[in-house]
Amino acid sequence: MSMFALEFMRNAFLAGGCIALAAGLVGYFVVLRNQVFTADALSHVAFTGGLGGLLAGLNLLAGIFGSCIAVSLAIGALGGRARGRDVAIGTVFAWVLGLGVLFLSLYTTARSAASGTLGVSVLFGSILGLQPAQVIVGSLTGLATAAVMLAIARPLLFLSVDPEVAVARGVPSRALSALFLVLVAVTVAESVQAVGALLIFGLMATPAAVAQNLSTRPWVGMALSAGIAVAVVWLGLVLAFYVALPASFLITGVGFAVYLASQVARRMGRLT
Amino acid sequence: MPEQGLSWDVVADVQLLLQFHFMQNAFLAGTLVAVLAGVAGYFVVLRGQSFAAHMLSQVGFPGAAAGVLLHLSPVLGLIVFCAGAAVGIAAFGREVDAGHRLESAAIGSILAFSLGLGFLFVRLYGGSAQGIYAFLFGTILGITDRDVQLTFAVALVTIGLLAAIGRPLMFASVDPDVAQARGVPVRMLSLAFLLILALSVAITVQIVGTLLIFALLVAPAASALQLTARPGRGIALSVALSLAFTWLGLALAYFTNVPVGFFITTLAFVFYVAVRLVTARSVLISPA
Repeated sequence: MSMFALEFMRNAFLAGGCIALAAGLVGYFVVLRNQVFTADALSHVAFTGGLGGLLAGLNLLAGIFGSCIAVSLAIGALGGRARGRDVAIGTVFAWVLGLGVLFLSLYTTARSAASGTLGVSVLFGSILGLQPAQVIVGSLTGLATAAVMLAIARPLLFLSVDPEVAVARGVPSRALSALFLVLVAVTVAESVQAVGALLIFGLMATPAAVAQNLSTRPWVGMALSAGIAVAVVWLGLVLAFYVALPASFLITGVGFAVYLASQVARRMGRLT
Repeated sequence: MPEQGLSWDVVADVQLLLQFHFMQNAFLAGTLVAVLAGVAGYFVVLRGQSFAAHMLSQVGFPGAAAGVLLHLSPVLGLIVFCAGAAVGIAAFGREVDAGHRLESAAIGSILAFSLGLGFLFVRLYGGSAQGIYAFLFGTILGITDRDVQLTFAVALVTIGLLAAIGRPLMFASVDPDVAQARGVPVRMLSLAFLLILALSVAITVQIVGTLLIFALLVAPAASALQLTARPGRGIALSVALSLAFTWLGLALAYFTNVPVGFFITTLAFVFYVAVRLVTARSVLISPA
């Protein structure tokens, strides 16, 4: 196919595939453990952290990864106390985004006009414009995250499905939950490059939701979620090559279409 | 932006602030928005519907972009999409309420798709990065006379509706079971409020943007509810706070050239944290 003759397409397929693999696997547990809004909050942090990192003279990626991991550790330290206070949490994260807007405005007025679209690429992704360094970081962290996720999948599954029995059997509940949050943070940080901070659910929630519609068996679901995430990203990229529409929209669009189809399939299955 | 600097002469400062037509429009729309958001927000917090507000505002983003794409007002697009989303929540609300794990994943999928769709619309009409930031984070620029008129009409209708159903809505929000037993049409009221919320979200997005809706629609009311349990005072306080955040935010944005969304969220956040600290301390000192 001619699209693989282009370096930016090869980069997008490679990094996008690795990131999607991690997002599908981690996302399956995010949905299983009801932590979708933790991922949402972390994506806001990614926006502000990335721009803050740039303002501080650091690298964009360093800011995104650093802030996401730091906040995930803080959420882990707060434990259950951070839950269920939607007004307080919403107000805090609206402010985090507000701070990101300040950083964005400071950064873009300090630099040339070319940096004006930087915020847009953080918010909506820039998978077709990845730098070589971003491709390497995205691919390696994606594969590493997927490997760690698979390594802790069995005890984490036990802990998520039946916490009390798992703790009684000696599963290290706190350590495992904290480690998982760090994995979520790293996955969010990776996904920001692919689909952007605002469309993260398209990689972390949609494939998992489809998988849960199709199978109740955890290992099958996990494999489906990862496979669907990779397929959705690759299909989105193929479409983006032929249609002049934004890649991140096409990726979330394909994901959403698959989700709707799986929803219909589930209902039909229930009826018959 | 202003040619002359600030002085100690408040009257001169206000004249400076309002010398341009776009600033007059921003203040007019901002004032209407703040009053409506203060009143509607009080019920949002009371009824625990802050997440619905968050959802409606994100669905509003493609609406605003579609409004521009079709050469209509973005406010009109916002109203149509937010009202449509409210109808959707009302229709599928029971399934969403079922507490299934898929619920949050489904909502997340819808939100990601809707934000992606908004991005697509902006790209289709060739919108700039600044245009996207304006939708997402609010702006003091570009509120046209037509937008102000639409905002005025929506605010008038919505506040009128709220005034009409305010008393039974309060009853139904505080104690739905007893209200139902007393013959209050709880379901009808929650549908009506959802529509009111959609309209409030639609016009609030103009000032603070899709992503920062909490700052005007939730934070002032949440602060007010911490300070007083009496509904009349609470609503008045909520309106006063959202007016103060909006006016201050608009003025600061004008004189510093930093986006208005930053100031309004920061004011709302700092005030909310201060109120929480003060109320937590008074509880510690005199455990009532």
